[in-house]
Amino acid sequence: MHFATIQRILGLLLMVASATMLPPLAIALWLNEPSWADFTITLVAVFVAGALFWYPVRRKRQELRVRDGFVVVALFWAVLALVGAIPLVLADQPHMSFTDAMFESTSGLTTTGATVLTGIDHLPRAIQFYRQELQWLGGMGIIVLAVAVLPMLGIGGMQLYRAETPGPMKDNKLTPRITETAKALWYIYLGLTVCCALAYWFAGMDVFDAIAHSFSTVAIGGFSTHDLSIGFYHSAAIESVAVVFMLLAGVNFSLHFVAWNSMNPLTYFRDSEFKAYITLLGLAALITVGYLYLSDTFELGDAMHHGIFQAVSIGTTTGFTTAAYSHWPGFLPVMLLFTSFIGGCAGSTGGGMKVIRFLLLFKQGMREITRLVHPNAQIPVKVGNKLLPERVIEAVWGFFATYIGCFTIMMLVLLATGLDQVTAFSAVAACLNNLGPGLGEVGYTYGDINAIAKWVLCLAMILGRLEIFTLLVLLSPAFWRR
Amino acid sequence: MKIIILGAGQVGSSVAQNLASEANDITVVDNRPEILRDLQDRIDIRTVTGPASHPEVLTRAGAEDADMILAVTNSDETNMIACQVAYTLFHTPIKVARVRAQEYLAYPKLFTQEALPVDVLISPEQLVTDYIRRLIEQPEALQVLEFAGGRVQLVAVRAVQGGPLVGQELRQLSAHMPGIEARVAAIFRSNSDILPEGDTVIEANDEVFFIAARKNIRAITSELRGLDKPVKRVMIAGGGNIGLRLAESIESRYQVKLIDRNAETARRLSEQLDSAIVLLGDAADEELLLDENIENTDIFCALTNDEEANILSAMLAKRLGARKVMSLINRPSYVDLVQSEAIDIAISPQQATIGSLLTHVRRGDVAAVHSLRRGAAEAIEAVAHGDNKTSKVVGRTVDEIKLPPGTTIGAIVRGEDVIIAHHNTVIESDDHVILFLVDKQHIPAVERLFQVGVTFF
Repeated sequence: MHFATIQRILGLLLMVASATMLPPLAIALWLNEPSWADFTITLVAVFVAGALFWYPVRRKRQELRVRDGFVVVALFWAVLALVGAIPLVLADQPHMSFTDAMFESTSGLTTTGATVLTGIDHLPRAIQFYRQELQWLGGMGIIVLAVAVLPMLGIGGMQLYRAETPGPMKDNKLTPRITETAKALWYIYLGLTVCCALAYWFAGMDVFDAIAHSFSTVAIGGFSTHDLSIGFYHSAAIESVAVVFMLLAGVNFSLHFVAWNSMNPLTYFRDSEFKAYITLLGLAALITVGYLYLSDTFELGDAMHHGIFQAVSIGTTTGFTTAAYSHWPGFLPVMLLFTSFIGGCAGSTGGGMKVIRFLLLFKQGMREITRLVHPNAQIPVKVGNKLLPERVIEAVWGFFATYIGCFTIMMLVLLATGLDQVTAFSAVAACLNNLGPGLGEVGYTYGDINAIAKWVLCLAMILGRLEIFTLLVLLSPAFWRR
Repeated sequence: MKIIILGAGQVGSSVAQNLASEANDITVVDNRPEILRDLQDRIDIRTVTGPASHPEVLTRAGAEDADMILAVTNSDETNMIACQVAYTLFHTPIKVARVRAQEYLAYPKLFTQEALPVDVLISPEQLVTDYIRRLIEQPEALQVLEFAGGRVQLVAVRAVQGGPLVGQELRQLSAHMPGIEARVAAIFRSNSDILPEGDTVIEANDEVFFIAARKNIRAITSELRGLDKPVKRVMIAGGGNIGLRLAESIESRYQVKLIDRNAETARRLSEQLDSAIVLLGDAADEELLLDENIENTDIFCALTNDEEANILSAMLAKRLGARKVMSLINRPSYVDLVQSEAIDIAISPQQATIGSLLTHVRRGDVAAVHSLRRGAAEAIEAVAHGDNKTSKVVGRTVDEIKLPPGTTIGAIVRGEDVIIAHHNTVIESDDHVILFLVDKQHIPAVERLFQVGVTFF
């Protein structure tokens, strides 16, 4: 372990992170809101803290090892959540306890979108923007951003990149150099965001809301500047824009890269993960619409737009709402919650376990069935005509087991703190999958649950965002043994 | 530059490492995923798994917009076909292939655009052999590198107490040796570099790099460390590709003994060699070495495939009294362990090979590149083009050229003449300028210096 190197990189990252206070600060100054002081304090404090970390060890130029990468990423996400909470604690409005601010900031950065706030519409603009910005930065990963802008991270950048990006296969770089890859990802991300903001604006939002919502849409976050989320607008056009961009942001960004480079939209349909992703969401939407209509909850028209919107929003783990889906009849709320376990594609900004892993688990299951029929058959697991190494398949099983294990333990802890079953189940699912709104007591806001539960859910959100292993590996004794 | 390297063997991976640190886009292709994964963990490259000559694999590796393809897999045939594929399907501008078999190399007609479109053939074995041969010819040197077809040499020498120039300022050089011109390009003192000025004093144990015309090298070497007795007896351990080539190229001038432990190989070697004596046995066998007069041997070269065995047999030979021992060592960490203490010269095959590849990677008209001090420093032979207006070097004196820090112009070759650079030497068009860079970070600046402005065309 190279603690000096870890400290140096952490210091650099903090200095980069302090810059994220600039846009809300500018807005506060522009609109003459009192929160400008809070953002200034945070900006200076974080920058100075970063500099203090960095300065004593600025000349330590050791290569970052694999283990150091995990420490840097896990520590940085923890520190970032803390830093993100500072302006929220300092601000007069909303008046938040430290626990609440921490929850809100973690939820933002991990693109979960669970909130403890009510009356968001009346918050100062700068704070509203700040929450959206947190989501946007967390979406592609602020470390990936740092890898793109700080070339001195060098090959260590690869270790960080791998610890932060989601998906079972992380060795496929888009371009030979890691900084170029990180840049390409951010360009795509930025491009999608700009398109999304323009589309919202055309669909009728004002400029501020369009930008703010584009941030949380493309990041698959789910924060909104209104308590009623997208439902506030009652606009089919805005909902359609949201559906399209949630779908796009849930696709593997390398696929966007390849499709853009070859200028061929058919690329998408050659990818097995994409096909599975579209099929699953289509199926979920179909069932939702059908059930809503048949159970007489909505007219056909309303059933269509609420059903499709909610299925996509929850299936991609965004968490926007247009209707109180937690009060929908029968199995729908739970089914939608289960689709969020599948989540977005690997290498997207979505949460959950990722479609590719689900696809592999499914294929493995089918293989066992075929084996029963043909005991001597050689049955390789293929994705898109490509053989997958056993190693990847084993890793997927390990991931699945650990995911369910973490889920169970955290749900039991929540039950122990006194939450009811539906609330505990849905809160952990919504946070671990980076979804956002849950059922029961947490259907609208997480404000009413106890503090211990909030801290557990903070952990769940970071576990979900870093795909569990990056964090769990730090807890294993072997990791710290020399 | 976008470069595809086929084959992640010793040459492939060390070249990748060397080039990736210079902001090139490197993609390495191999059919062994484990090796690629290791490589990708260590250096910032992209990797593609698959048979290197298949068009589909090359497409995945980005051959469509690659600037250079470097085929260094184990198989000559794969390398040649890969170049053919790159030429026909992707029009890759520079195609370099490693071809080892003499059977192919003997027919240069094979490697033309119509047949096998390979632009540059490299043979690491031949490069390493030449490198060792030069060291045997100049036994005082640590490293001997050639420029301008061998007219100019760059030589690294360790200064020894008692050498006439040791303890003197550099400007005494010309006073000491009237009529002989040389330029000290760099001095390395306990691993830090010193930019040589007129008043720099050479100390014992300094590693001095100097540039001079080939015929003057020995005279200057003698100033720094006194002259060793000329080499007569050479013993080579290992009759592989390099051992055999070396023995063949020097057996007419030196008394050569070649040791190999495989009876079959030894018999074949004895048939191929004329005057060299082939010995069957283990190079680390003390009795054998003593029987063959190791104490009177001038140079002992351990050149087997097994680097650990090389190190051990060289150390043993040294202890038994061989005057100078060299060993072929692939791993850089081993070189650090044994260089200059247990073993006089560690020969790194990668180092000897990389220069000939860098020649094609460097922008501008570059005639030769040599990588020094394990890739940290570099010597470049660049050709100046253009005139006073279009070029940043032509028509200017050495003093007027804005060289990046740590860079010296050592010599200029004009036609057949070798001119040692002085501060008032004027550079003309088509001069070959030999530069020495202590830190290869500044290479882009040197490249820009020698690029001709657009008005030239």
